[in-house]
Amino acid sequence: MKIKVLINKEEKEFEVRVNDVLLDVLRRNGYYGVKCGCREGECGACTVLVDGKPVTSCLYPAVRAEGKSITTIEGIENDKIGSVLQEVFLEEGAVQCGFCTPGMILSSKALLEKNKNPSEEDIKLALDGNLCRCTGYVKIINAVKKASKKLRERREK
Amino acid sequence: MKEFKVVGKSVKRVDGISLVKGKPVYVDDFYLPGMLYAKVLRSPHAHAIIKRIDTRKALKLKGVVAVFTYKDVPRIPFTTAGQGSPEPSPYDTFILDKKVRFVGDRVALVVAEREDIAEEALNLIDVEYEVLPAVFDPRKADEKGAPVIHDEKEAYMPLPLNYNPKKNIVTYVEAEVGNLERGFKEADVVIENEYECHYSNHVPIETHIVITYFDERDRLVIRTSTQVPFHVRRIVARALNIPVKKIRVVKPRIGGGFGAKQEILNEELCAFATLKTGRPVRLLYTRREEFMSGRTRHPQIIKLKVGAKKDGTLSAVSMNVLMNTGAYGSHGATVLFNTGSKVLPLYKCENVRFVGKTVYTNLPVGGAYRGYGATQGHFAFGIMADEIAEAIGMDTLEFLKKVHIKEGEGSPIFRMLGEGKEGVEQKITSCGLPQCIELGSKEIDWKRKREEYLRERNNKEDSRGELGW
Repeated sequence: MKIKVLINKEEKEFEVRVNDVLLDVLRRNGYYGVKCGCREGECGACTVLVDGKPVTSCLYPAVRAEGKSITTIEGIENDKIGSVLQEVFLEEGAVQCGFCTPGMILSSKALLEKNKNPSEEDIKLALDGNLCRCTGYVKIINAVKKASKKLRERREK
Repeated sequence: MKEFKVVGKSVKRVDGISLVKGKPVYVDDFYLPGMLYAKVLRSPHAHAIIKRIDTRKALKLKGVVAVFTYKDVPRIPFTTAGQGSPEPSPYDTFILDKKVRFVGDRVALVVAEREDIAEEALNLIDVEYEVLPAVFDPRKADEKGAPVIHDEKEAYMPLPLNYNPKKNIVTYVEAEVGNLERGFKEADVVIENEYECHYSNHVPIETHIVITYFDERDRLVIRTSTQVPFHVRRIVARALNIPVKKIRVVKPRIGGGFGAKQEILNEELCAFATLKTGRPVRLLYTRREEFMSGRTRHPQIIKLKVGAKKDGTLSAVSMNVLMNTGAYGSHGATVLFNTGSKVLPLYKCENVRFVGKTVYTNLPVGGAYRGYGATQGHFAFGIMADEIAEAIGMDTLEFLKKVHIKEGEGSPIFRMLGEGKEGVEQKITSCGLPQCIELGSKEIDWKRKREEYLRERNNKEDSRGELGW
């Protein structure tokens, strides 16, 4: 069967099987920025935004995405919050092997969309579902702090 | 301090942009027309012989291209450990074998047009096992009458490292400098303890993944998530008995390794499927496989006996390590040597003895893991240092600062213990330990925690063990 989605602001139709999860459908269609780390919804490497909310696409039935708006890491380059996050993740050394990075950035984007001035606790809670095995989180949390500061400063200008 | 152009400055990483953009930089972000998907049937038994294996039903499933068992593969022993050649590791592994040695060991390989079909086909392989007695306790692995895990005639160690598979011993090492007996006699305090370190897994977020195919000149290309591309090339050439020049290894960006990928874990199996089918084949570990059939940090049982004088000098150190490498030797020798050679030289002492033994058990396999054996040794010696300091009435930090190796100094242990051969004499030309001790203790608020702990302990002196210290 086919599903229609709005992905990264583009209307697309994907061929899906009934028991497909969104992760596999996206990767089959070339959205390789969506990573598979556990297939159990534990590691968050497969995080994408569905109607603005982070979901673990490895557990999300593909058919449920019908008619929804999906954002992957490939679609945030021209986005105000997304591009700042990409920038500061590099500046702060929050990227090491890079495998968790797309998920981390998307979870951070979802946070900064609704909370312009998150506390450290808010950031930790928002990234609670994203595991990193390289950097030890400190730099990632610093990056999100710096991004929110940068975005606030830009608004004030 | 002198100003440098690069040192001390923040540098933009060259591959950073592609990572934050989610570009297809990893092994699996890649598709080849006609690619097949491989899945491995794994042993449900810790120790067994495959008496009969019937793959006919699996082969009949639509979409299954081939099923391979031990009957199909070359029988050439190799090591999965990615180390320099000649390897200080036993050649005790086959692509597929008639014997399985731990729960999760390879039994058969299915390749199919789709991953879910390969998965389904695993259930259709009919295997009859003759279950053998197994050994799980490393203390009992070399006892008389223990089940012999590597009784195959082909297994051997390329370097002279006291390999004795009949007794499940991967390596045994004994080394001594100075005079231990005299050292203990001169000591004001002698403390003896036993420490145990458990299994742990690296858990790279990207699991092991390999894709193999033939290029336009019929060279076998191995696109793999590895830390050791050159060793992959050499070891796969050996296992498949093909010339090294016919193999090209591509190592794209890898999603974390931490030592787990210092191992030839799937490459030769996947490559075998490409050789047989002529088609691109992809083999991806599930998270479950990563835990069961990947590599781990070696569990160790460490006995330490240390003698110290009241002034905070060490007069004798005796370290005895029993290491469990699981069902295959892999890094079992070199990691063991490192527990001695990377830990003991840090603590200045004239009289030192190191005894180490690595044994096979029917458990998951140990490998390289951040610290490579030093971690286990430091865990034990760290606790010991604390206890020694307390026994001689010295502050632990002061004791550590006094006893650690300093700039310009050497250690007889450097020469005594190498990686599979004699070590080399070394002099320490720089040493950041004083700063580490200072900064580290500050960052973890060590002094306050220590005082709190002592207060708490002194209040319930009788129940010390309950504190889990």
